[in-house]
Amino acid sequence: MSVPDTLRYTNEHEWVRLDADDTGVIGITAHAQDQLGDIVFVELPAPGDRVTQFEKFGEVESVKAVSDLFSPVSGEVVEVNAALTDQPELVNGSPYEKGWLLRLRLSDTAELDKLMSAPDYDRFVQEELGD
Amino acid sequence: MTTPTLRRTPLHGEHLSLRGRMTPFAGWDMPIQYSGIVEEHRAVRTGAGLFDVSHMLRADVRGPAAAAVLRRALTYNVGALPIGGAHYALLCEPDGGIRDDAFVYRLAAEEYLFIGNASNADADLERLRTLARPGAELRPHADSAMFALQGPRALEIGRRLGSPEIAALPLRGCARGTVAGYAAFLARTGYTGEDGYEIVVAAEHAVPVWRALLSAGASPIGLGARDTLRLEAALPLYGNDIDRTTNPYEAGLGWVVDFDDGDAADFIGRDALLALKNAPFARTLVCLRAEERGVMRHGHPVLHNGQAVGIVTSGTFSPTLEVSIGMAYVPPAQSEPGARLEVDVRGKRLPVRVVPRPFYRRERTG
Repeated sequence: MSVPDTLRYTNEHEWVRLDADDTGVIGITAHAQDQLGDIVFVELPAPGDRVTQFEKFGEVESVKAVSDLFSPVSGEVVEVNAALTDQPELVNGSPYEKGWLLRLRLSDTAELDKLMSAPDYDRFVQEELGD
Repeated sequence: MTTPTLRRTPLHGEHLSLRGRMTPFAGWDMPIQYSGIVEEHRAVRTGAGLFDVSHMLRADVRGPAAAAVLRRALTYNVGALPIGGAHYALLCEPDGGIRDDAFVYRLAAEEYLFIGNASNADADLERLRTLARPGAELRPHADSAMFALQGPRALEIGRRLGSPEIAALPLRGCARGTVAGYAAFLARTGYTGEDGYEIVVAAEHAVPVWRALLSAGASPIGLGARDTLRLEAALPLYGNDIDRTTNPYEAGLGWVVDFDDGDAADFIGRDALLALKNAPFARTLVCLRAEERGVMRHGHPVLHNGQAVGIVTSGTFSPTLEVSIGMAYVPPAQSEPGARLEVDVRGKRLPVRVVPRPFYRRERTG
């Protein structure tokens, strides 16, 4: 399962990418979508809504089960991936690119220090799978 | 931490080599999916799927008293089953509650095969053993494997690999023959809403038969798609839609309860079921289809005008209809097709409508 080096990760299997304009894009990891299986609905906040680090901001529903989404960082939603309304399966096929969830204006970039690096997240997933 | 040892079917190694995702199910380590539930579901609806259902209970019941023992255990009159026939049946409790649902196959005048749910194997065997009498030999299979081959291409694959008996099977027929050269019990039954076969072979032949059926074009299908397929066909799942607290009439299974053989119909639960048959229903199992985004699941409350009137017994996302579907017990007043209800999906109200049973019906090709 791929774990891009350029992202930071939560232990709830979300990622965040900080862009040059100090906005961040968030999504769920390849491992998370693999565990969920076929995703059929994604429930997300609207532009202008605020999300808080490590708190629930939405839900992702697969054929098998529903799962809460927890934000890797705090901030204001500036853009929602509208393509997911009709093509939620983009999260399965392209979790780090076309299947992104939200673009946020980060409240505090220092929050990124509380997240895992790619090697740390990779180890975390391996340990979880080993259980 | 102690994990109870899970049982393995003769195909366990095949599942691992096919990268099946394994999960505990009724004490067995079973594949929930291989490529993914939706892809597997569509393979069965458009091609042919192969399921390992070796976890299910299989028991031969033989001898001059075999029919009498089964008649006492089942709501269905097995004596009326023609040789080479099969029928759905229920085991009930004395109060009319459902102990298990099963399929009964008659291979010869005094030879039946009973197939029950893995989760109820002990309860079924206990019931059958309690009823045992001289002249009826009960032999649970310890050394067989069972497959379901289902889908529009299942007949063609079965006929290509099977002996002539398989091509001659009518719907719900059964016979002995061979598949891929190995002795097999063959039946034209299943649990997907598609045409196809269920096949029982000796455990030692399970792997070559499995591989031959896959090579012939069938896709391996896990328990995840088995559940979405059976729910689209509105086939009840024991433990979800029926159990000891539900009776056959409210579950829409009154057609499996047979009193026609008069005094011989002395099956367990008979008196209670006769009374229930003539009493008004308190609730009935209906099919629900979501009108908006959201997925109803087992255990979600069903609301009418904001008041809880029932519970979703099975719910999922239907890959064929691309909307959430489910079954629920609701009061008769809300049970007619077209009735509008809501399902409480974790605090959100999902509008649903009662629809005719089933959700999916295959095109019959003869």
